[in-house]
Amino acid sequence: MQRREFLNFGTLLAGGALLTSRVAFARADERRARLVLIIMRGALDGLAAVPPHGDRDYAALRGEFALRAPGEAGGALPLDGFFGLHPSLAFLQQCYAARELTVLHALASPYRERSHFDGQDVLENGSPRAHALATGWLNRALAQAPGPSSREAGVALGQNVPLVMRGPAEVTSWSASKLGALDEDTLARITDLYAADPLLSVRLADALAANAIASADGAGSLAALAPDTAVRDTSAAGVSQPARPAQANGARYAQVVRAAAGFLRQEAGPRVAMFDTTGWDTHANEGAAQGQLAGRLSALDSGLATLKQELGPVWSDTAVLLVTEFGRTAAINGTRGTDHGTATVALLVGGAVAGGRVIADWPGLSARALYQGRDLQPTLDLRSVLKGVLQEHLLVPPRELEHTVFPDSRTARPLTGLVRT
Amino acid sequence: MREGFSAIAANRFGLGARPGELAAIADDGRDWLEAQLRAGPPVLSDPQLRSSQETLAQAQKLRQEIRAQRKSAEGATAPGKAGADDAAAAAQALPQFLRPIYLSEVTARLRAAVATERPFIERLTQFWGNHFAVSVDKQLLSGLAGSFEREAIRPHVLGNFSDLLLAVETHAAMLLYLDNHLSVGPHSQAALRLERRAHPRRLGINENLAREILELHTLGVGGGYTQADVTAFAEVITGWSIGGEGGGPFVGGEPGKFLFRPELHEPGAKRVLGTAYADGGYGQGVAVLRDLAGHPSTARFIALKLARHFIADDPPPQAVGRLARAFTGSGGDLPTVYRALIDSREAWVQPLAKYKTPSDYIISGFRGLTLPVEAGQPALTPFGVLGQRVWEPGSPAGWPDRSADWDGASALMKRIEWADALGQRLGNRRDAVQLAPQLLGANLSAATRSAVAHAASAAQAVTLLLAAPEFMRR
Repeated sequence: MQRREFLNFGTLLAGGALLTSRVAFARADERRARLVLIIMRGALDGLAAVPPHGDRDYAALRGEFALRAPGEAGGALPLDGFFGLHPSLAFLQQCYAARELTVLHALASPYRERSHFDGQDVLENGSPRAHALATGWLNRALAQAPGPSSREAGVALGQNVPLVMRGPAEVTSWSASKLGALDEDTLARITDLYAADPLLSVRLADALAANAIASADGAGSLAALAPDTAVRDTSAAGVSQPARPAQANGARYAQVVRAAAGFLRQEAGPRVAMFDTTGWDTHANEGAAQGQLAGRLSALDSGLATLKQELGPVWSDTAVLLVTEFGRTAAINGTRGTDHGTATVALLVGGAVAGGRVIADWPGLSARALYQGRDLQPTLDLRSVLKGVLQEHLLVPPRELEHTVFPDSRTARPLTGLVRT
Repeated sequence: MREGFSAIAANRFGLGARPGELAAIADDGRDWLEAQLRAGPPVLSDPQLRSSQETLAQAQKLRQEIRAQRKSAEGATAPGKAGADDAAAAAQALPQFLRPIYLSEVTARLRAAVATERPFIERLTQFWGNHFAVSVDKQLLSGLAGSFEREAIRPHVLGNFSDLLLAVETHAAMLLYLDNHLSVGPHSQAALRLERRAHPRRLGINENLAREILELHTLGVGGGYTQADVTAFAEVITGWSIGGEGGGPFVGGEPGKFLFRPELHEPGAKRVLGTAYADGGYGQGVAVLRDLAGHPSTARFIALKLARHFIADDPPPQAVGRLARAFTGSGGDLPTVYRALIDSREAWVQPLAKYKTPSDYIISGFRGLTLPVEAGQPALTPFGVLGQRVWEPGSPAGWPDRSADWDGASALMKRIEWADALGQRLGNRRDAVQLAPQLLGANLSAATRSAVAHAASAAQAVTLLLAAPEFMRR
């Protein structure tokens, strides 16, 4: 039983950092590392997604909603004997077996209150405080990442760009169109009309660049993608509860991951794609092996399987990072759900991931171990994970990670060794 | 620059000029807005629209039928296809019932916005509907979001904030959306009864509504409450429920109507934000809401949101302070706050400070081009295509209200494509050259005037007018 994996914090010594980035430079051109960021808005219940069935207090806290150990009816899928995966996450379990999935547990951003909206702001702006910055850590990292630069360094799948991807680096947004394309003359006149408008001229150019990349994608033709209700605008924090019928869930993310793959598999395309998922705010009737959350997880799992398939050989250069604003209460509430909590999980999956591990400095779930007597206690700073991935995968210089990407993050040392090098 | 006042009044405070509106406003933008405050509440009545209670009662009946059919399907000896098909058909019955209700409400709301001669009041209605957001991605809400706005928001838009707050928090739609109808006091009669019977089901609170009232409806996130306040307030409003909703100990009562269930209420005095509230059953929650409505943090939070909506993404603090003082000084009298807003110099100096939301953009397009609103799906489609489906913010925080949330590249392209589709549909049935000064007034730039005038066709002229930078903003 391996419940504690030694946390491999990288050195902050200037010499070491310098060496890393030189080696990395060469690798960048060869490998063209890709990153997909998926934000799970609404606060994912980490104790349901990755249940610690080996923890002696877990079953009592979750009562009839506790997931059973692997092998039992409706039991979790096996990970390391102490943690399991929710039974809806079959594809992720295969990834774990193939050493392409790393689970990070008992993790939290620096945010310690329980507002979705401030929690998401901290998750995205990369500082310890809500609304402290108007740009996002992913964009600032892209602005500092070496490697071949295309016009658009990143793409948000959706109409608008979420905070995490706003900032100095040039990024765009893309979603399939329901309406016809404009004729060239009208487009040229609108371009002229926007020439003196600093915002609209840039946005229009970004949109045209994204469309050009989309139409350059041959086989999977992005242009042929039907508009997708899952790719609706989610710049607003999506936290309400699901209502879509379960059978529609399987295809829920099919379109958005096809779009992401369509951009990422192109040589001249962006290296980073991101999109939002919603419906994780399970206050009532959350379910266990089956039910509301199970349906959501199952849709996500099949979306990730589709992503791997659509990326083809590019999957081996790809790391997919799934994060949420905070976790949920350790115990079930009075309405068979969970309320806003603190620590939760993050998932890192992909061909570029040094996986097959659960990384957790497990705090336990006894009454004394819970944060404020109610939530999983955080023992790992999300920013450590983000720094590790950005440094070793996208080769963002450690100095920039410390200063521009994650200001005031000295206590969150980069967690290294998360991706294959 | 008085000439600009009419354009600001119609486009910033209103919902976009209709042809002739700017001329009618002349240079009395403030008077035009003030006059709109003097008439009665912005009711929306249409014999076709149902009440929330009616919808909910019918939905309850349907759900019972679905459950019964599912049970009989499971109970069938040979798991016959017929039984399973019946159950599947029954499961479709609820969305089939709710969808037309949603579409009728969307149609009525868009028609009201396009036709109204009090667009300032209609904008305020939409503002409050979004402040107290529910979202139709939770299934039952698709049948209730529209009637909620008509029943809980509209009657109080020109009233007192405290009454608006109470109407919202006791409305079935909000109780359902944020799960409060199922929240039970851990020491309530119902909970104790189950415990005595050693029932495995644990009853307890759900803090969703209590938290969002504090965070989103009244004090705001930095407003000075703690987790202990959230928990205590959640206990205070246990028992705030709906007739016929739930199961086990929760059934009974007049279907679909707000109901205080004393047997679910957590007994005893509670302390919220430092004030002790004696146990008064339903009255305990009302007392807390009244105090929240009068709290200085609430005044500041509401003032900030109004100033952000009507002045700028990051409004000047002195303007926010003035609105907050109007709120507190008048005891939450909303027209007094709106008058302070109209009187804010800051609202009249920068003509195009706000980037339109997709909804603003669509409604101003309909008004400017005097487009007829077709009933049903066609009334909803543009909102879906442009990325702001009506009553579907996906979150109790409602839609965001800043440029950066709406000015994405793909979002801009969708607007341009919609403008193009409208141009092609209308052809030469609209004269954009003549419309441009009527819709944009003093905001009309020389570049747009020239682009529209030199368009290759009447259709393209319409497209260029709607795609113009000054039509993207308000």
